[in-house]
Amino acid sequence: MIESRSALLLAMLIGCAFRALAGESPFFVTYTDRLEEPGNLEIESKNATGRPADSGRFIGSALEFEYGLRGWWTTEVYLDGQATSGDSTIFTGFRFENRFRLTRQAHWINPVLYVEFEDINGADKSLLEVVGHDTEADLAVPNAIARQEKQRELETKLLFGSYWRGWNFSENIIVEKNLAHAPWEFGYAVGVSRPLALEARPDRCAFCRENFTAGVEMYGGLGDTSLLQLRDTSHCVGPVVDWNVAKGVDVKMSPSFGITGTSAPLLLRFGISYEISQFARKLRGRQ
Amino acid sequence: MRGRIGHILTSVALVVFPALAESLMQHAGKIAPHRANPYAGNERAREAGQKLFDENCGSCHGEAGKGNGRAKTPPLTTRFVHDADPGALFWVLRNGSPSHSMPSFQHLPEAQRWQIITYLQSLGEEQK
Repeated sequence: MIESRSALLLAMLIGCAFRALAGESPFFVTYTDRLEEPGNLEIESKNATGRPADSGRFIGSALEFEYGLRGWWTTEVYLDGQATSGDSTIFTGFRFENRFRLTRQAHWINPVLYVEFEDINGADKSLLEVVGHDTEADLAVPNAIARQEKQRELETKLLFGSYWRGWNFSENIIVEKNLAHAPWEFGYAVGVSRPLALEARPDRCAFCRENFTAGVEMYGGLGDTSLLQLRDTSHCVGPVVDWNVAKGVDVKMSPSFGITGTSAPLLLRFGISYEISQFARKLRGRQ
Repeated sequence: MRGRIGHILTSVALVVFPALAESLMQHAGKIAPHRANPYAGNERAREAGQKLFDENCGSCHGEAGKGNGRAKTPPLTTRFVHDADPGALFWVLRNGSPSHSMPSFQHLPEAQRWQIITYLQSLGEEQK
């Protein structure tokens, strides 16, 4: 029964993908310096699944609504939830984030400031970032216990992006603070990617090489102010691929491998996004 | 009365909107280095540029760059864009302009930005 529901959901997602149609970042954790175009709304589902030791398989999901307010300002809301086999399916909270372009012109390295408030609980498994001493063991705590932990947190990031001969290099420095208690936590995410073709073909095609972007992403925790060391921190690395199926629709996937003993050994990440151009104008019925 | 106001607004838009494109282009023309378009006159590149324009620019600048009636997204079918130095157009695509709500398209590979410029500079040809 559960398998047939999953198949139906997958078919619906693929159906949505082919109905509509901007090459997106192939990364799941690392942000590039790119902001949403003003007036555009992007709806994206980011998912991570894995099977931690001593626990059932889980799928953590984040539904993202990203809107370009200005050429220099993008705002986003995330709704998070997760399901764990043999446990329960729960809503885990929301995130509200803003990204600000810090320079008027493009440079070799482009900085963007990221500020987020999140109100989630300890059962959240969307894994949109890894900070401090987050480990695989956190993913194995039963939902009924994990959700008792409130995580009202302020998260700031400095995002850097550079471009060279079609390659994108992105680096993120993450600083997170639980507003109720707990020390400042630190993390990082880096990624490099490149489209498979740099020139566009004249004809419209779903499988053109220019529609595929591939790369590698790595992210992890850097400890916290009470224990600023790499011991007992998680670090993951994996290939990423993004397919711009059609105008506005992207599908991306990444297996992510843990490289320390406390990391989740394998996570499979997948996502689908749909961008609505000039959303506000369309709402007002002005095309 | 309503028709008259419409006429006045249209007349104002016809004067003001291209002027906005010109102000950004004028700024770019002053500071951007001259660059030759490697795809100039290449029909395949123009067609590819049209596809890229539709995907990345059309929602703001309108179909075939004719504009969409908003002051910050002016039509691009003007002689000013057609005759601009390719280096200035390349500068605008790379840097964008936060004050004009024009995003940076630095994330597009250089080749694709030149393909868009090839298409853009073909737009005003009928008007010449």
